[in-house]
Order: sequence, then structure tokens, then C-alpha cells
Amino acid sequence: MELLSKIATNDGHGENSAFFDGWKAYDSDPYHPTNNPNGVIQMGLAENQLSFDLVQEWVKKNPKASICTSDGSNGFKDIAIFQDYHGLPEFRNAVARFMEKVRGNRVRFDPARIVMSGGATGAQETLAFCLADPGDALLVPAPYYPGNDRDLTWRTGIQLLPVICHSSNDFKITRQALETAYKKAQDSNIKVKGLLLNNPSNPLGTVLDRDTLTESLKFTNDKKIHLICDEIYSATVFARPNFISIAEILQENADCDRDLIHIVYSLSKDLGFPGFRVGIIYSYNDSVVNCARKMSSFGLVSTQTQHLIASMLSDDVFVDRFLSESAKRLGQRHKILSRGLSQVGIGSLKSNAGLYCWMDLRRLLKGPTFESEIELWRMIINDVKINVSPGASFHCSEPGWFRVCFANMDDETVMVALNRIHKFVIQTKGSSSDGINRKQYGRSKLEISLSFRRLDEIMMAPHKMSPHSPMSSPLVRART
Amino acid sequence: MEFESGNSQLLSKIATSDQHGENSPYFDGWKAYDNDPFHPTQNPRGVIQMGLAENQLSLDLIEEWIKKNPRASICNGEGLHAFKNIVLFQDYHGLPQFRNGVAKFMAKARGGRVSFDPDRIVMAGGATGANEMLMFCLADPGDGFLVPSPYYPAFNRDLRWRTGVQLLPVMCQSSNNFQITKQALEEAYQNAQKANIKVKGVILANPSNPLGTTLDRTTLRSLVTFINDKQIHLVCDEIYAATVFGGPSFISISEIIEEMESINRDLIHIVYSLSKDMGLPGLRVGIMYSYNNTVVNCGRKMSSFGLVSSQTQHLLASMLSDQEFTDKFVLENCTRLANRHEMFTQGLEEMGIRCLKSNAGLFCWMDLRHLLKEPTFESEMSLWRVIISDVKLNVSPGSSFHCCEPGWFRVCFANMDDETVKVALGRIRMFVGQRKDVEVQVKKSWHRNLRLSFSSLIYDETMASSPRIMSPHSPLVRATT
Repeated sequence: MELLSKIATNDGHGENSAFFDGWKAYDSDPYHPTNNPNGVIQMGLAENQLSFDLVQEWVKKNPKASICTSDGSNGFKDIAIFQDYHGLPEFRNAVARFMEKVRGNRVRFDPARIVMSGGATGAQETLAFCLADPGDALLVPAPYYPGNDRDLTWRTGIQLLPVICHSSNDFKITRQALETAYKKAQDSNIKVKGLLLNNPSNPLGTVLDRDTLTESLKFTNDKKIHLICDEIYSATVFARPNFISIAEILQENADCDRDLIHIVYSLSKDLGFPGFRVGIIYSYNDSVVNCARKMSSFGLVSTQTQHLIASMLSDDVFVDRFLSESAKRLGQRHKILSRGLSQVGIGSLKSNAGLYCWMDLRRLLKGPTFESEIELWRMIINDVKINVSPGASFHCSEPGWFRVCFANMDDETVMVALNRIHKFVIQTKGSSSDGINRKQYGRSKLEISLSFRRLDEIMMAPHKMSPHSPMSSPLVRART
Repeated sequence: MEFESGNSQLLSKIATSDQHGENSPYFDGWKAYDNDPFHPTQNPRGVIQMGLAENQLSLDLIEEWIKKNPRASICNGEGLHAFKNIVLFQDYHGLPQFRNGVAKFMAKARGGRVSFDPDRIVMAGGATGANEMLMFCLADPGDGFLVPSPYYPAFNRDLRWRTGVQLLPVMCQSSNNFQITKQALEEAYQNAQKANIKVKGVILANPSNPLGTTLDRTTLRSLVTFINDKQIHLVCDEIYAATVFGGPSFISISEIIEEMESINRDLIHIVYSLSKDMGLPGLRVGIMYSYNNTVVNCGRKMSSFGLVSSQTQHLLASMLSDQEFTDKFVLENCTRLANRHEMFTQGLEEMGIRCLKSNAGLFCWMDLRHLLKEPTFESEMSLWRVIISDVKLNVSPGSSFHCCEPGWFRVCFANMDDETVKVALGRIRMFVGQRKDVEVQVKKSWHRNLRLSFSSLIYDETMASSPRIMSPHSPLVRATT
């Protein structure tokens, strides 16, 4: 008899993937401006570190927000014993209000529909448990966030079926692609229970336009399947076109079945608080709200954190300022990176949101294959010494695309990264006219093997983390 | 709200099952409390909440520590410089100082007789999350886990609901003080075999909820031998470890495996939390500690679904590494629990109500068999409804813990102040006195006071739609009870 479960012994956690070599390279040799200026720069991590000063300033001025300060500690007992899975009312109110502001107050959110979860990671899993049985499927437009595989399928037993999107139309989701994916599932006797959209998109950094959203809504409504919108990057929109939430589309299409609509949210990206594990499920379906709320016992938000967030997000002045300043800084950073890339002929998908660019390196591939993509990727890690994420890890159907994150570092590091990229591209152009000289870049200093390493063993070893990454590889991060 | 048939196909089987456990008539007790909560001045005749296993006796010690240690908060001037690093920290290994602090505290709760490896500490969303996580790691849907009864009601949800694992009770009897016998284990195991259910392990709470007792060395060794012979897992939920207030001393599974030879440690797992020992259920600090490396690694990946907030990790890392504080806390906490237990059980004894002799936990296992009209569960429910509606105490009937004998009730004593305990005892005294003219009185008052129905009520609708009448402490909605 097997000692452990199937779940424990399968690969559903997604970590036995060759892609983690990039993280490993960073962990073994992390960049530091003075201590290790030749180290690997981490650009595979979608974190928003640009606006902390604003938050810290607010926290300094608002000691009551902490149950640990002398101002707040009289509330300590009530907070410490509160384990009601509805959450602190002030927390739910503040989150609802924040979500409204992010959508320009064009919609209202009912605090009674706000359900907590263990990060967006937990929210996705909980929704999968509520909406689908083992073997059922969700359609997901590709390229998509790699963590979806683990979050939605690992312990739930459901499957993800990609909806292929192409660069030829900027990876837009077409009705035809949706129908094709749906039919393919039908033909294989797989029950499709819903469609998962990520808007704004990771890894594309684009927002869905009104037509696509409406079309997706019609598609799911026609087929009577669920529509889950992961809007985790909603407040990272830094330029036009404006973000349109499914909540707004719902308002415009009153005759569709609201019981099919669910939103996933979190404070990890918009505010830059991944450590706080604030995941939110917002469903228009009462049964789902009730069921998810019971399930939230498996991943409630610490009341200490609920209390802090409630305080912070109900400060309208702070929130308004934060949202506008954060978007501005993201826009500036995005401009620096995308311009810097285009200066050496590297294009990226035109984007207006997210914490990354979707970089087009197709012309640097030896051939239009995923093997070439991996090869190029290893070169980027070993020689350019930047950790970026290859498109294949996002289930992109076309090789040559790479996601490069820009919001988890300071200005100087961005310049260092750009300089390295410039050098690499120039050297590449300067080598053999056929493209990249394989011999020159063939042997890497780090001898990264293609075999699947047991990363767990590495994790169990004493930590050699860089002082600047309190977290080591995002292998171990809740979300990348 | 009733599920329409269309709706039930729309959602998963898990979503439309009753396995979350809340559609149970037992929640009438909670409802009675929520509608009419006791308050010493504002509502002195309200229902006293004694169905909630919370440790509120020593929070002042924690509050005092916090006041003296501003660095522990990332929001405070001194701790603020750590804010950025902490708020970004989502590494599922957890803050090293947090894991070290928890490991030290766990060792302390076991009198320093064993030590714990911080690298085996895995976070979870409360013990609720830790228990579920272990099931996902150890068993496939349809597999079974033996669980000695009476047991904590929420095991049904935590261990079964989303995992598909079955729970197979191991009957324990009052005749030997509900001790777990080898015979009972074997019998339950054989029954499972006959029913073609693959038994993957045994899960139990030690100290026990609802019994309040600790397992003796013989029983523990017997358990380990049992699971080792069959090469099945042993999960020990030691959530009440530091609530042991009297002899015999607590013996943890971690001590037993040091003493025994040829035990396959890959079978041994501990669940822990700070919700009971420290009285911090809101902070959602669940811990899985496994001696099996694969389970640690797998659990750690799963912990992404329920990590402890880094803000909370930071606070606790600081608190739990203050050895002087934790020494003082563990000692003082036990003293206060002992005093409260003594006060309560003494009071009960004076009215001829006995409790199972216990040395741990936040509750007593009260023997009210002599007050039953008949030795049946119907009578138990009947008596229970009277206790709620007439004595106006919310206690938990033994059947909700899957006790095989009617007449036992769990009554919690650590979630209130001394005065309230006295009020509760006073009410019980009056009730017992009146109870002498049992039959006629009981029937009358039951019909008169409360229109409690036997049909299952779905409370979420009430909770969601009406403005919150609920007390903030309604355990209907609590992660654990």
C-alpha cells in the first residue's frame, strides 16, 4: 500500500519543472549593487515594490492600526480571539470600498459578498472546489499565470484547458478560440464548468476591452458555465485604455445570469502586500458565497492583519493618493524598461498594466521552437545574468516570448539590467551572421542540467539567501 | 436558502453536500446564544456561552508583553524599519525566527523533554488547515482514518469535506474512562477491512477534546505499536498541549518515539496551533510537524493555500523567542486553568454532578446521565434543549462529539470571568434542585419556551442577509469550537 496520497506523490505542485533553474541561478548568485554587482538580477518576480514609502508613512502616522502599539493594544484581546469567518466588518467594508475606488467608483461592491481566503492562491482553489468536480475543466486563455496549474488543479482534481491566443492579434481572446477550446473538450467528453480570465493579464500586462469582456460573458452565459475573473492586477493599470471590471460589464448586461460570475482579488500586487496573505473571493452567487465562506476556515486572514488593512483602506485620502501615485510610478518604470529594450530592437507587447513586460525575443531564437527558447533562456540566465520567465512556462503557444518584471527593484538596478541586455544584444549581432554563436555561449558557468532536480533537497539545505531577498526563490513563493 | 436542482448541478458535489457540518440541529444552541447573549449588566438573564473552547484567561499577559515590546510590531516606530521586508515576505518556509520560536515553544510545552527541528515546522491556516493538509498528503478520496470517539466535531469538516477521506470512529466507553483500548482499535480496523475501506492511519487529539484528559504512556506506546505493525500513519493533534494544568504530565508522541525502537518515523505527524494554548485563534497560526521528509516538503507546498500572515509571524517570532516571557506564560496559564477547573468542578460536585477526571483542556466532560429520562440520545437532546432554554447555558451534547453513550456534555470554562462562572454554577444549582420533580416540569417548559425545530436550519442566509445580530463570538462561524 502506498504510504502517501496520490496528491502528495504527483507533480501537481508544479515545482519539478526545468524552469526553476532560473530561480536557482538567482538564489546561488543574487545581484547586489556593492556586494555582488555581477550577480543574477531577479526579473522573474512580479512584485510591486515601488510605493512602500507611502505605506510606511501612513503606518507611522496611524498607530491605532496596529493592535500592538500602545494606541491600539486595548483592542488586542478582541482582535486576537475573533475568528468569525465573516471577517471583521470593518475589514470587509474597507476592502469593498477599495475595490470600488480601483474601478473609479463605477460599480458598487457588497461587503457581505466579500469572502476571505489564503491569498489569491487560496481563492482560486476554493472557487475550483465550489464550482467543479474532479475531472471537470476550466478554460483558461494562454499564455497564463503558471501558478494556476497548482492552485486550481492540484488538490481539486480538475483540469485546465488552454484557449490559444496568438501574437498575430496581440494575444486577444477571440470568440472563435473560446468555441474551439470548448468543442475540443466536448469531443473528449470533458465537462467544462467555466472560463477563467485574468484581467489585467499576467503575463501580457494588457487589459481586456469591452468587446472581449462582453463576448466572454455571452459565451459563458450561453453555455451556462461559470466566469471567474482574477482581477488581482486591477490597480496596476498605469495608462489607457482604462481598466474595465467584469463587475461593470455585469451592470451593462442585466439579463445575464449573475450566479455564474465570480471575482478573485488580493492585495498582493496592487498594494504590494504578498506577505499578508489577503485573498478575496467576491461572488454574485449566494450559494458560492456561503460555501466559500465555510471553506475560508482553511485560510482566513489573520485578524491582526484584517485590523491593519481595515484601518488603512478606510482612509480615503491615503487610498486616493496611493492609487494615483502607484500607477504613476509603475507607468514611469514601464516606460524606462520598454524604451530601454526598444533601443536595442527588442519589442514588447504594448501594455498598460501589470508589473512586467511581455518581451518579444523571437528574432533572437535560432529557430522558432521551444527548444530554442529554452536555450536562449539559459543564455540570458548564465551570460546576461538576468532571471526572466520564458513564455513556455506560461503555456504560450508561440516560442520566443519572455516575461520580464520591472517593479521589484530600484532605478539603478533597472539601468544595470538594461545595460546588460544592451551588451548582450550587441554582442549577439556582432557574432556570426547566422545568429547566435552557439560555441560562444554553449557552456555555461553554472552547468545547469536539463534533468529535473529534486528542489526540495535544496530547500532543506541551510539557507544561503541574499540579504536582499528575504524570500529566496519564488519556487517557494505563494505567487510569482 | 434552498438549493434549486439547477443550482446544484451548477456547483460542485462538495459545495452541495452537507459535509461542512453546519446543517446540524446542534447549532440551535449557538443560535440561542446569539439571539440572547449573557451580559452581567445589560443582559444578566441571557444565555451563557459555555460551548466555546477558548482560552481567555491569560491574554493580559500577552497584552503586557506587547506593550513592553514595540519592536514586535512592524507598525511601530521601532519595528517599522522591518515593514517592507516583512510585507514582501511570502516564502512558504516562513520566517526562520518564527519557526525557531514555534519550535522552542513546542519544546517548552513538553517540559523541555524533547526538541523540535524548525525545518520540520510547516505553516497552515490554523489547525483547521493543518488537519486538512495532512489528509491531502496521506490519504486518497475514499480512504479512511480511525478516530477515537468522542472527538472534536469539526474533524468531520476539516478531515473529510474537501478531501473525500472517511472517518471511522473507534468507540471508547465510560466504563474505563473513555480510554483507547487496543481491542477497540483492532475492532475498528477489522470493520474497515470488511467494508473494503483502506485505512491510512489513526488521528486523535492529545490532550483530548472533549475529554480533557491526556493519554498515558501505555496507551501511547500501544498506539504506536498498532500503527507501526500495520504501517499506517499516526496524526496527533496536540493543540491543547500547554493547557495541561495538573497531573499526570503531558506526554507527547514526540517523546514516545524517542523511547521506542524500530518505529518507522515516516508515519508520525503532529498538528499544533496557538489558538488554544495561547488563546490567539484570530491569528490563524496552524502548524504541521512531520517526521516524514516527503510530507514536510509536500505540506510546505500546500501551505501556500494558508500561510500565516508575515505580520503575525513577525509578532510571534519576537514573542516566542522571549524565553523569560514564555516560561512565565506557560506556568501562569496552567495555574489559572487549574484554578478555574477546580472552581468549576468543585461547584458541580456540590450539586452531585460529576465530571470525568481531567487534567487538561478548556472544558469539563460532564456526566449528566442521571438526569436523563432514559438512556437514549433523544433524552440527551431533550435535556440539552432544556439546559439551553431554561438553565440558559450553551453546552455541547455528547452526541455532537460522536460519543457512543448518551448523557455526557462538554462544558467550557475558560472563555469567561470568575463572576460569570459563579452565575453559571448558580443556575445549574437551581436547575438541579428543580429537577427533582423532573417529568412534568420538563415537558411543560420545553414546549413553552422555545420553538426549536428539528429540521436543519441553514444559518448562512440569516447571517448574510440580516444586519449582524450575531455576537462577534458566535462559534457557528468560528474556525474551531
